Amino acid sequence: MSEGLNAWQLIASGDATLISIVRLSLTITLAAVAVAAVVGLPLGALLALTRFPGRSALVVLVNGFMGLPPVVVGLTVYLLLSRSGPLGAFGLLFTPAAMVIAQALLVLPIIAALTRQTIEDLWREYRDELTAMGVGPPGRVATLLWDSRFSLITAMLAGFGRAAAEVGTVMIVGGNIEGFTRTMTTTIALETSKGDLPLAMGLGAILIGLILAINAAAWGLRVWSEQRVA
Amino acid sequence: MMRAALTDLPLILDRVSLSAGATTMLDRLNLAITPGAPTLVLGPNGAGKTSLLRVCMGLAAPSAGTVSWGGRTDRGLGRRAMLLQKPVMLRRSVAANVAYGLAQAGCPRHRRAARTEELLDRVGLLGLAARPARRLSGGEQQRVALARALAREPEILLLDEPTASLDPAATRHVEEIILMASQSGAKIVMASHDLGQVRRLAGDVVFLVRGRLCEHASAGDFFDRPASAEAAVFIHGELVL
Repeated sequence: MSEGLNAWQLIASGDATLISIVRLSLTITLAAVAVAAVVGLPLGALLALTRFPGRSALVVLVNGFMGLPPVVVGLTVYLLLSRSGPLGAFGLLFTPAAMVIAQALLVLPIIAALTRQTIEDLWREYRDELTAMGVGPPGRVATLLWDSRFSLITAMLAGFGRAAAEVGTVMIVGGNIEGFTRTMTTTIALETSKGDLPLAMGLGAILIGLILAINAAAWGLRVWSEQRVA
Repeated sequence: MMRAALTDLPLILDRVSLSAGATTMLDRLNLAITPGAPTLVLGPNGAGKTSLLRVCMGLAAPSAGTVSWGGRTDRGLGRRAMLLQKPVMLRRSVAANVAYGLAQAGCPRHRRAARTEELLDRVGLLGLAARPARRLSGGEQQRVALARALAREPEILLLDEPTASLDPAATRHVEEIILMASQSGAKIVMASHDLGQVRRLAGDVVFLVRGRLCEHASAGDFFDRPASAEAAVFIHGELVL
C-alpha cells in the first residue's frame, strides 16, 4: 500500500532517475520505429506490388516474424555485435545503438507485414485507375503509400507498442547499465527482483499510460481520417 | 503538348479475342474507331462492352488478334483516357484528385491550380473542390472522374456506362459534359445500355452480343434499318439473351 503511494510520489515529484529512464526508453524505441519504418514501408510495398518466385514464402516469413520472440532477436543481435561477432569491431554491444538495432529488427516485420497487406488491398482497388492514368511503378508506390497513410501510421504505432513493452532484447543487448542502457522495462525487472517496488510500480504505471496514450492516438487518428478522407 | 505529334486514331481492332480461362469475353472482333461523332457501344449485360473498352484503352491485352492506335501496337498510354464504370476516388480532396490526373498527364506544377479550377468548373464541382472526394455522391464522383479524365486532354475518351446509376438530372449533366468534350475534338467511345441515351449521343453504334460484333452502323441506320435480328429485337425493347 505504502509502496503504491511512494510510486505516485516518484512520478509526481518528477524524480530525476525516473525521468532519465523514461526519456532513454522513448528515444530508443522512437529511433527503432523510425529505422524500421524507413526499411519496412518500401519493403512491404515492394512485396505487395511485385511477383517473383518464392514471394509467397517470403510473405509467410514476414508475417510469421511479427511474433518473433524478443529474447531470440536479442540473442541474435548479441552474437552479431559481440567482440568476436561479425560486427564486433564497431563496439556497439551494451550501447543504446545496439538496443535501437535490436528493437528495429523486432518492429520491422510488423511494419513490413501490415504495409504489405494494406498496400496490396489498396492496389487491387486502384490498379485500373492508376494504369488508365499512366502512373508508372515509382508513382504507384508513392500514391499507394500516401493514400494508406493513416493505416500505415497505425501499423507504426503497433510497432511502437511492441518495442516499448518488451524487455528481452534490450536486456540482452543493452546490458541494463544504470544511467546508460537502463530502460523502463529492464528497470522494472531489476527493481522487482531487488524488492524496490515503488520505482518499478511507478515505471509500470508510466509504461501503461504511454501504451494507452499511443492507442488512443491511433484511435483518434482513425476517426479523424475517416471524416477527412474516408 | 509534346505528344501532339502522336495520334491514337484510328484505333483498329483486328480479329481481337479476349478470354480468361474458359470464358470468352470478346470473340474475333474487327472494328475501326475513326475521328468524328461519338461511337456508342451497345449490347445486353455481359455482351463484352467493358472488355471492349478495356482492350481499346490498353488496360487488357487481347488473347488473340492485334489492337493498334494510330498504327502503333504498344499499349503504352498515348492520348487516351478512360472513365471506369466504378471510378475510384483517391483518398484526397476533389481538387487533389483532379490535380493528380493533371500531374500524371504532364501538366507543369505552376499551371495545375488554374487548370484544376477550370476542369472543376467545367464539370460543375467548383464549390466542392476542398471536400474529400470519397464522401461525394455517386453522380458527383462520376463528374470528378470525368474532370480527371479530361485532364489528360484525351484524343480518345472511353466511357464505361458513365450514367448507369445516375438520376435523370445527373445523367443530363454528365451527357452535356461528354458532348462538350466531343465538340472540342475528343473522340468519344462510350458503352451504354440505355437506348434513349444512344439516340441522343451516337454518331455510330457498335452492337455487341455475347462477345461478338453483331453490327456496326451509323446511328440512323442502326435504329431505322437494323441489319441483324438481334439488333431489331434489342431496339424494340425485348430481351436479347
